[in-house]
Amino acid sequence: MSVSRLSFRRLAGAVSLGLALASGAVHAAGEQYFPLQSYRVGPYAAGGTGFFGGFIDYMQLINTRDGGVNGVKLTWSECETEYVVEKGVECYERLKKGLNGAPAAATNPLSVGIAYATLDRSTADRIPLITINHGRTDSTDGSVFPYVFPLQLNPYSEVSAIVNYVGQREGGFEKLKGKKIVTLYHGSPYGKETIPILDILAKKYGFTVTHIEVPHPGTEQQSQWLNIRRIKPDWVILRGWGVMNPVALKTAAKTGFPVDHVIGNIWSNSEDDAAPAGDVAKGYISITTHPAGTDFPVLKDIEKHVLKAGKGNLQDPKRFGNVYYNLGVVNGILNVEAVRIAQAKFGKRPLTGEEVRWGFEHLNIDNKRLQELGAVGLVQNLKLSCADHEGGGAVRFQQWDGAHWKVISDWVQADRALLRPIIEKSAAAYAKEKGITPRNCAKES
Amino acid sequence: MLSLTGSGQFSTRYAQDRRIFRLWQARAGLAVLLAVAYVVVPLWASDYWFSAILIPFLVLSLAGLGLNLLTGYAGQLSLGSAAFMAIGAFAAYNFQLRVEGLPFLVSFVLGGLVAAVAGVVSGLPSLRIKGFYLIVSTLAAQFIVEWTLTKFGWFSNFNPSGVITAPPLVMLGTDLSSPAGRYLLTLSVVTALFALAGRIVRSDLGRNWMAVRDMDTAAAVIGIPVVRTKLLAFAISSFFCGVAGSLWAFAYLGTVEPHGFDLNRSFQVLFIIIIGGMGSILGNFLGAAFVVLLPLLLSNLGGSLLAGVIAPGDTENLQKILFGVLIIVFLIREPEGLASLWRGLWARARVWPLRD
Amino acid sequence: MDFFLEVLIGGLLAGVMYSMVAIGFVLIYKASGVFNFAQGSMVLFAALTFVSLLERGFPFWGAFAATLAAMLALAFAIERGVLRHLVNRPPITLFMATLGVSFIIEGLAQLLWGAQVHGLDLGIRDEPLEVSGILLSRFDLFAAGIAALLVLGLSLLFSRTRIGLSLRSVADDHLAALAVGIRLQRIWGVVWAVAGFVGLVAGLLWGARLGVQFSLSLVVLKALPVLIIGGFSSIGGAIVGGLIVGAGEKLAEVYVGPIIGDGLENWFPYVLALLFLLVRPAGLFGERAIERV
Repeated sequence: MSVSRLSFRRLAGAVSLGLALASGAVHAAGEQYFPLQSYRVGPYAAGGTGFFGGFIDYMQLINTRDGGVNGVKLTWSECETEYVVEKGVECYERLKKGLNGAPAAATNPLSVGIAYATLDRSTADRIPLITINHGRTDSTDGSVFPYVFPLQLNPYSEVSAIVNYVGQREGGFEKLKGKKIVTLYHGSPYGKETIPILDILAKKYGFTVTHIEVPHPGTEQQSQWLNIRRIKPDWVILRGWGVMNPVALKTAAKTGFPVDHVIGNIWSNSEDDAAPAGDVAKGYISITTHPAGTDFPVLKDIEKHVLKAGKGNLQDPKRFGNVYYNLGVVNGILNVEAVRIAQAKFGKRPLTGEEVRWGFEHLNIDNKRLQELGAVGLVQNLKLSCADHEGGGAVRFQQWDGAHWKVISDWVQADRALLRPIIEKSAAAYAKEKGITPRNCAKES
Repeated sequence: MLSLTGSGQFSTRYAQDRRIFRLWQARAGLAVLLAVAYVVVPLWASDYWFSAILIPFLVLSLAGLGLNLLTGYAGQLSLGSAAFMAIGAFAAYNFQLRVEGLPFLVSFVLGGLVAAVAGVVSGLPSLRIKGFYLIVSTLAAQFIVEWTLTKFGWFSNFNPSGVITAPPLVMLGTDLSSPAGRYLLTLSVVTALFALAGRIVRSDLGRNWMAVRDMDTAAAVIGIPVVRTKLLAFAISSFFCGVAGSLWAFAYLGTVEPHGFDLNRSFQVLFIIIIGGMGSILGNFLGAAFVVLLPLLLSNLGGSLLAGVIAPGDTENLQKILFGVLIIVFLIREPEGLASLWRGLWARARVWPLRD
Repeated sequence: MDFFLEVLIGGLLAGVMYSMVAIGFVLIYKASGVFNFAQGSMVLFAALTFVSLLERGFPFWGAFAATLAAMLALAFAIERGVLRHLVNRPPITLFMATLGVSFIIEGLAQLLWGAQVHGLDLGIRDEPLEVSGILLSRFDLFAAGIAALLVLGLSLLFSRTRIGLSLRSVADDHLAALAVGIRLQRIWGVVWAVAGFVGLVAGLLWGARLGVQFSLSLVVLKALPVLIIGGFSSIGGAIVGGLIVGAGEKLAEVYVGPIIGDGLENWFPYVLALLFLLVRPAGLFGERAIERV
């Protein structure tokens, strides 16, 4: 009894000490801050360590090679979310005020759940919320979602690009008629999101599509693949997440479905998704917006200025240049570019989230800029506007050779004109539900 | 110095004897505490305190209370608290959506009632299955609810991502959407329901629960209606969890997806009552404080003290280990939870300064 | 008909995999009355340690032996550090303690070996194998064989050896076993060690199926309904329960799924278990409790 009372008292002391430490901040300005809601433990840690490793290494590169963005050094701190929504919210609230006087530029949670939960808060606090390659599809419509940026690729564009690629492979859209496609999706809101779009595309091109759900976490897929074996589809689109991906590939092989006709989506496209399946994954195709590889000049620079200097963030150097790491680098490039563009307008100083938001909205990454960044082939052309917060909508296709991803296609564009009315309708419904008056994009500069 | 002695305070009626706080000192303490919670805290706390600490703390206390009524008082183990929170949240959302002009507090109550019905259904097997095997019925509820809410778009108004968004929290023309407003809303609901629970456990029903918990065969022998008692425990517990779920979705996150109420949430609620103390009302607050504050504290300490010493991923793993160790230490050292520490302190304070 | 058989056999074989995890639970429950939720993390820890050693150049059996040693150390630590202090506590407390243990093991595993996903190849080529038109999986057949060996070994251990005899007496009545001079701590040690071994075997098989990663610890959720159907204290029950769950969920997914919505494999086993319990409240092979006032 006395021991426990003592420990309780100690605990109380520790609580007050810890909270005092958390709130106490030393003032030092002149830097631009990136709050990182990272996840390095838990079921999705492999993705989180790669992504945030790449993001941090790129910022480190900007600091060591260039001395910051126009002299404004970048600074960051991490807060572990474990991919859990309320932890992400706590991290958001903890970090949004900036660090030691350096204002927060943008948040990059890399989690659909956390993005949803901090969407309203981001708008209220005027801090851009970057959901690269994921997030709420209708936030593409920047007139309703001024602070949210599903950069490069929203879920609708993703399936549209996949269907376009299948069309290419079959030798033209007219050949899609009568083909059979199965989507194997993760039993979660994320997995289900694209069902209506695929149905629309199926009607348009005359193929049949069957949706088969794999319950979370997806460790067991025997019956789903036996069903696929019975349907005998021409292609299988895999919308997986985490452990579901290697199991899908293994079970495909087990039931005799050729994995080179399985196309993985953006969250089924990393080394961690294919490698655990071993040899049978050879030939598996997936999309990517950020090919793996270390040959891009920007990665060479990171290697030279950051890794060689012993400042790299990855614990396991073998993961340098893998898919998640490169996504982090791409994300770093886009964030830094937004800061740079905003600095051109607002001045070369640490910017507020509101100012950085302007930068994101005016992102314009053309081939010339990609050349300068050393990221040709790593990042697609991107031009954002008030109405369009996605900007790209293109993917490349890559194939697993048993140890590495090999890029097998050029950029394949999604049919964004087809998707736009659906997105606008959904955004308008959201605006009505929340009582938001959309901005008039014609008047924005 | 204030004396906490009970001398001179006699109960002259049963109603007095059954009061939650029999001493005037305790009642005064409660009044001070409420004054602090309602007046001082809103003046002092920052957005971070409201949105990241106080609101989740209050909501989880309420969820803990819900489970504690069922497990701590009525002795029926449940691993499905999160499912009933989910039902409450999604039902309240749908009432808001489909009934024009319904005050949101009414939808919270309706959501709680829907959860109560579901609770009774999942409690039915308890009439036949006992002990540890009973977890299967609440676990089944846990997985079925998660699946149903994800599977059928109607529940989330066909949102493509299956995520519900809280409507604006406006009551009597006052907008409660600010962090302080959401805090006061949560605080009021939680205070009211804790008062209610305090009454229930001291009523006949509460005593029947405890009899069933201690030995249901014996309870049946002395004429306690076991069936009704157990099912009421499931219903009331689920009602509390359901309201907690509504608060979680509406007042805390402002949005929620079915996956947010997964098995881990149920475990979290279970931790609260084990650490706080089973069969204790106060324990739910203590347990929720432990579960909410400790990880934050560890993460803040890890972020500031250990930064640069070890890799960031490692600090998180160390925190996870430490949390596990602390849970075990608590279970070993203080099996009746933090509430029993409090009882010990209170007992000592009452005889102070006569004996230390 | 062929399709039905395929689904059924695939389900039965998958069920064996669930049983592998469930057996670890049963062992510990029999000996110390603990519902060991940490079994899933033990499976993860074993597989992760094994794979990491393999990647560091250990030969197969060397890694196996080293991992087994690690599992024994872990089991010993849990017994010494946790369970010994919780003797005579209610089952729920013990259950919570094992939840705490699972946090520690998961943190430790990732601290030691990192969060990467590893592939694990046991050298079995899992190409489709057709026997009279019915698709079978080589790997699952291999796993079923291992499971059969394991059950055989365990039943020999428990029915033919002195340790087994002592174990059965401990499972029957702690106090009586103590009174006749059985060293309780040693028996517990042995059982936890055997459970660690079972965890390692399950970890290797599951690791080869899923890849070695954090999600391995989630297989515990598949083992729970198996245990409930089979009863917490019967190894035979764990096998039968596994077969029922495996076949049941696969058939339901294929034949019931299209009617009420697919993806029901997460909850269906629990409903199945519930139905079984309504008929037999202590599981198929569990001991019936007699109630006295």
